[in-house]
Amino acid sequence: MVECEKLGFEATELRLGLPGGGEKSNANYGKRGYAETVDLKLNLSTKEICLDQSDLDEKNLNKEKNLMPNCATDSVKPPAKAQVVGWPPVRSFRKNVMAIQKKSDSEDAEKGTGAGAAFVKVSMDGAPYLRKVDLKMYKTYQELSDALGKMFSSFTIGKCDSQGMMDFMNESKLMDLLNGSDYVPTYEDKDGDWMLVGDVPWEMFVESCKRLRIMKGTEAKGLG
Amino acid sequence: MAYSFPEEVLEHVFSFLSSDKDRNSVSLVCKSWYEIERWCRRRIFVGNCYAVSPGIVIRRFPEVRAVEMKGKPHFADFNLVPEGWGGYVYPWIAAMSAAYPLLEEIKLKRMVVTDECLELISKSFKNFKVLVLSSCEGFTTDGLASIAANCRHLRELDLRESEVEDLSGHWLSHFPDNCTSLVSLNMSCLGSEVSFSALERLVARSPNLRTLRLNRAVPLEKLANLIRRAPQLVELGTGAYSAEIRSDILLNLTEAFSACKQLKGLSGFWDVVPAYLPAMYSVCSGITSLNLSYATIQSFDLVKLVTQCRNLQRLWVLDYIEDSGLEALASSCKDLQELRVFPSDPFGAEPNVSLTEQGLVSVSKGCPKLQSVLYFCRQMSNAALISIAKNRPKMVRFRLCIIEPRAPDYLTLEPLDAGFGAIVENCKELRRLSLSGLLTDRVFKYIGTHAKKLEMLSIAFAGDSDLGLHHVLSGCESLRKLEIRDCPFGDKALLANAAKLETMRSLWMSSCSVSYGACKLLGQKMPRLNVEVIDERGPPDSRPDSCPVERLYVYRTVAGRRIDMPGFVWTMDDEDSGLRFS
Repeated sequence: MVECEKLGFEATELRLGLPGGGEKSNANYGKRGYAETVDLKLNLSTKEICLDQSDLDEKNLNKEKNLMPNCATDSVKPPAKAQVVGWPPVRSFRKNVMAIQKKSDSEDAEKGTGAGAAFVKVSMDGAPYLRKVDLKMYKTYQELSDALGKMFSSFTIGKCDSQGMMDFMNESKLMDLLNGSDYVPTYEDKDGDWMLVGDVPWEMFVESCKRLRIMKGTEAKGLG
Repeated sequence: MAYSFPEEVLEHVFSFLSSDKDRNSVSLVCKSWYEIERWCRRRIFVGNCYAVSPGIVIRRFPEVRAVEMKGKPHFADFNLVPEGWGGYVYPWIAAMSAAYPLLEEIKLKRMVVTDECLELISKSFKNFKVLVLSSCEGFTTDGLASIAANCRHLRELDLRESEVEDLSGHWLSHFPDNCTSLVSLNMSCLGSEVSFSALERLVARSPNLRTLRLNRAVPLEKLANLIRRAPQLVELGTGAYSAEIRSDILLNLTEAFSACKQLKGLSGFWDVVPAYLPAMYSVCSGITSLNLSYATIQSFDLVKLVTQCRNLQRLWVLDYIEDSGLEALASSCKDLQELRVFPSDPFGAEPNVSLTEQGLVSVSKGCPKLQSVLYFCRQMSNAALISIAKNRPKMVRFRLCIIEPRAPDYLTLEPLDAGFGAIVENCKELRRLSLSGLLTDRVFKYIGTHAKKLEMLSIAFAGDSDLGLHHVLSGCESLRKLEIRDCPFGDKALLANAAKLETMRSLWMSSCSVSYGACKLLGQKMPRLNVEVIDERGPPDSRPDSCPVERLYVYRTVAGRRIDMPGFVWTMDDEDSGLRFS
């Protein structure tokens, strides 16, 4: 019974934080606020807790905590509040299905194949160092191509302009280079094979691309 | 009556009347019309299985072919009705197996159905065609095997959201090879894997199959094989929508979908891998109903799919769609009539997605045909509700669930009375309303004054006093179902409006302030109501009369008190209960 009341009290404390600032709302409805507090306490301690203890006891609170996504990888989220039976009104059928999916989502995230960012290394032949891009930032091949162009433009300034002057058309020149036959964008897929960029639908490419390599046309034999 | 038509003519005329209301009106004209009508009524709907008894129904309507019935109160969906409460369909099946040998259809909702029931159905009705079990429980896959094996003319087997004890997937193999009549199969709630080859053969030999809802265990790699055998499908529920990324699977699936020229509805989508969504793009323009409520994918992927469905009328989706996704929906889907947004993390302390009242406001602004809403969110304002009300005066169903109980208007910190008041005042056709957030008695005054067509009202954590309940009971003329939880409503309003309860199907009140004494009084004064107290603390007699009851369920009935009540349900009898006939 003591544990029962303790749980109820804790739950009440959590629930005093009404959205928009609990303090304020208590001020506006001084009496109401107090009455609410009392109501909450009474409701929980005489009805929900004692009758539906199985829903509110430690075991189930922990179970609910496990439903939190990515609990192993992310920073600690605030624990689930002590629950009122049947609220919010989500059918158990739906709750169960979501629980199973959340678990597998968080497992996926740990394995690194989840819905988060998709950073891959990008190398360009002749460039002194590699870059990294998050493929999830783009929605089409064109967007990726534009971004890569911007990224690698600095490497081509020196090469393109023999007079050493800044060429303001560099970006488009690079685009021509990238789109033309001089440079060929390729990627390594999940099976370790090097593939030509652009063959498969964008979403499929994002899922299977492990790294990108912008090859000099002369080296890109057998991929065209 | 010298000028009356021959019976056959009247029967023929009556055969054009399908609505129960019309048939009931016809029965009241005169005795001979009552007689003719009752012999030719083929469909009956019993909204509360305890409102009438099998005997009474069979006596009045001897030639019924289709029965639809509901059992437990709606709040049973949210675990507010204890296990064992009731809703057993067996007595009905037993009575009908003798009285209605030509029965063709049984549709049940929230009832307890056992394997014996299913076996009895499969053996008693030679012409049995349609079995729909919605949110039912109590049976296993063995019961399904009986249905599959014995119902030679089965057209529909729909287990939507029922709780089935899944012993094995073998039941599906019981459909005999010469069963070719299947039109609709919904097994989405089952867990076990069925034999894929049996499923494939069943689909292949069912040329009339229009609806196929698979369960999660049917793998995506095999989906194309099934679809290819049923290009005439109108509704498809996928299994798990994930597989290793392989272009051959994607190609197969894309090809299979493109052959389905009649596809209008899609559902399923457990475990979605977004890379496979493009396979469906070719059918999107014809899709009118899309259930993505299990698809845990991000807004961007949801939007890509949804915005291609220009003819979408119904969308069920998780709150992953976010406000931005709903805005995109509002611009693309001008035919949208129904929107349901479910919470992905209902018990989380903090919001996990960027979904607010804005999403709903956008849809209400952009979709001129929007009339049915179920929306879970974490914040709401009166301004938003007023905006929604003004945008969509033709709203018919409005169910809002603000996740935190008693949450005020997040902008002004006031109650949401004005907002919901605007809803009932502007939406004159409103038939169903669910309230949430911080609400005083004022909102109930608005509802009683304006919601004249309201049939079903759900209230939780709202109101200040009995006045609230009184406004509703005295003002809502069309009210049929009222369900209330955790509100400070007590005896006065209930007793003052006792007569109203006979005009309604049912009233549910749990965790309110209705005393045992008031329940007894109500039971005594209203013999045509069953006043049932549900209390797991033991007999209410062991506590003072002033002690509030845990739960109260009141419903009108012509069948007298229930005879199947469990130990935690007590009926408040009328004074002459000893003289009751059933």
